[in-house]
Amino acid sequence: MGNEVRDPEKIWGWILTLCMVIGLNSAALADVQKLVLTGSSTIAPLALEIGKRFEKLNSGVRIDVQSGGSTRGVNDVRAGLADIGMASRALKPEERGLMVHRIATDGIGIILHQKNPVKLLKDEQIKAIFTGKITNWQQLGGEDRKITVVNKAEGRSTLELFLHHFQLKNPQIRAHVVIGDNQQGIKTVAGNVGAIGYVSIGTAEYEEAYGTPIRLLPMADVPATVANVGAGRFPLSRPLNLLSKGAPTGLAKRFITFAQSAAANDLVTAQYFVPLAR
Amino acid sequence: MIWSRHSISSPSRADATLARITGGIALAVVILLGLVLMLLVRESWPVLVDGGWTRFFVGDGWFPSSGQFNLLAMLWATLAASLGALFVAVPLGVLSAVFSRFYSPSWLIMPLRRVMVLLAGIPSVVYGLWGLTVLVPLIANWEPPGASLLSAILILALMILPTVALTSEAALAAVATSHLQGAAALGLSRTGIVLGVALPAARVGILTGALLAAMRALGETMAVLMVAGNVVQTPSSLFDPVRVLTANIALEMPYAAGDHRAALFASGLLLMLIVTVLAWLAGRIGTHSNA
Repeated sequence: MGNEVRDPEKIWGWILTLCMVIGLNSAALADVQKLVLTGSSTIAPLALEIGKRFEKLNSGVRIDVQSGGSTRGVNDVRAGLADIGMASRALKPEERGLMVHRIATDGIGIILHQKNPVKLLKDEQIKAIFTGKITNWQQLGGEDRKITVVNKAEGRSTLELFLHHFQLKNPQIRAHVVIGDNQQGIKTVAGNVGAIGYVSIGTAEYEEAYGTPIRLLPMADVPATVANVGAGRFPLSRPLNLLSKGAPTGLAKRFITFAQSAAANDLVTAQYFVPLAR
Repeated sequence: MIWSRHSISSPSRADATLARITGGIALAVVILLGLVLMLLVRESWPVLVDGGWTRFFVGDGWFPSSGQFNLLAMLWATLAASLGALFVAVPLGVLSAVFSRFYSPSWLIMPLRRVMVLLAGIPSVVYGLWGLTVLVPLIANWEPPGASLLSAILILALMILPTVALTSEAALAAVATSHLQGAAALGLSRTGIVLGVALPAARVGILTGALLAAMRALGETMAVLMVAGNVVQTPSSLFDPVRVLTANIALEMPYAAGDHRAALFASGLLLMLIVTVLAWLAGRIGTHSNA
């Protein structure tokens, strides 16, 4: 038959053209103003969304968001590798000297099934449940029912906050179900009367209000509500901060002001964080 | 215009153009696959070099934040879930194909096939949602926590059942009518024809279908992620929660960095290797039967 393609030059021509088109596109982007943000993977998705809206409102601006942990955010801003750092925690004493701009608060709450008669758990009890020392609700004044421990997958910010608050390490936790996002956690607890889990308060409060059979537990007598997280009263919460080296100027200043303004509130809520109280 | 050609082996200009276009597309597919493979190798390179790959099979378990990357428990879970699903789906699928070819009243054949095609087309996340809200609570009432190897097997079986049923039916349909008529002429009962003639003659097609189904079960992510519980452990009972390799990648990739990220890419490479072996087996069975 012998009907193979006979013009390798032509094929390479096509490939070359393709590469040039792609190359031209990236070249066209080269002369825009660029703002680099690095740091916490908790804040990164939010910063990305805020960045998209900021780009739409300010043509000729490109917001580049890279995650890598709060510590990277701190180090990059200090070293000048990033214009703005992202840190989902307060600065440590040795990290002073940076300017902190809070854009939102993250709070997580313990959830049980609505039919579970247990109304209150102490920190020690929660710790004992998650480390497998208490395995039946009867031991906590509830019904004779096995406890199903719902934990988050490694790397999730809610997991870090939870572990940090209860002074635990992830290998210590005896989980029965490991979940990814908040919705999966809520559905898992809603479908199992013996389950206990923790999720972002924003999502849980919304679901509880719309009839999902879950109940948010208060922590240290503070009810788990978005309002209490926003006011800084809820113990299981942390600030989401942007960092700058000295007072921000120019584009960085405009971006930080925008991220803190009411114009970004809906984006904050969409990521299940709590907007700043104003 | 009169269609006059000296030979079909000397193609016209139009043929040459079509050959070039189709050839180009075929080449692009191959290149794409190559690029995917290259990406997997490149991204997992940091943990593969320096004998680092042994870390996937030794150590206390999967604790990426403390540098422990033992994949074995998840590998066993993946294989157990897929094999279990095959164990449930292949008999059911083959039986349903036998029913629709040999026993079903003729008015039922088309609706049955439509349902199978529809089942095959349902997005996996829908199966997962159903499993999470219906199946898992059911099993949890019986033996908590409900999210378990069993629920993963049942959901996967449901997902691959249509694949098995449709390929088995096609394989049964391809059995020569003369075989079946000959068997009938010899006085074999319908059961005898099915068991003695049709199924043996169609076994290659059925087996290939089962291998295709196995590949789908191995690669399924979303549905298993939602129902399997995702605890990294070697399953010792059907009610143990397990984590499969695909679910592990989906759960941890968005937040992984450094060696952790590389280890996830390596587990992707491992999955691709398993699927390649299965595809090669399916191809071998196919050529074997033709020879």
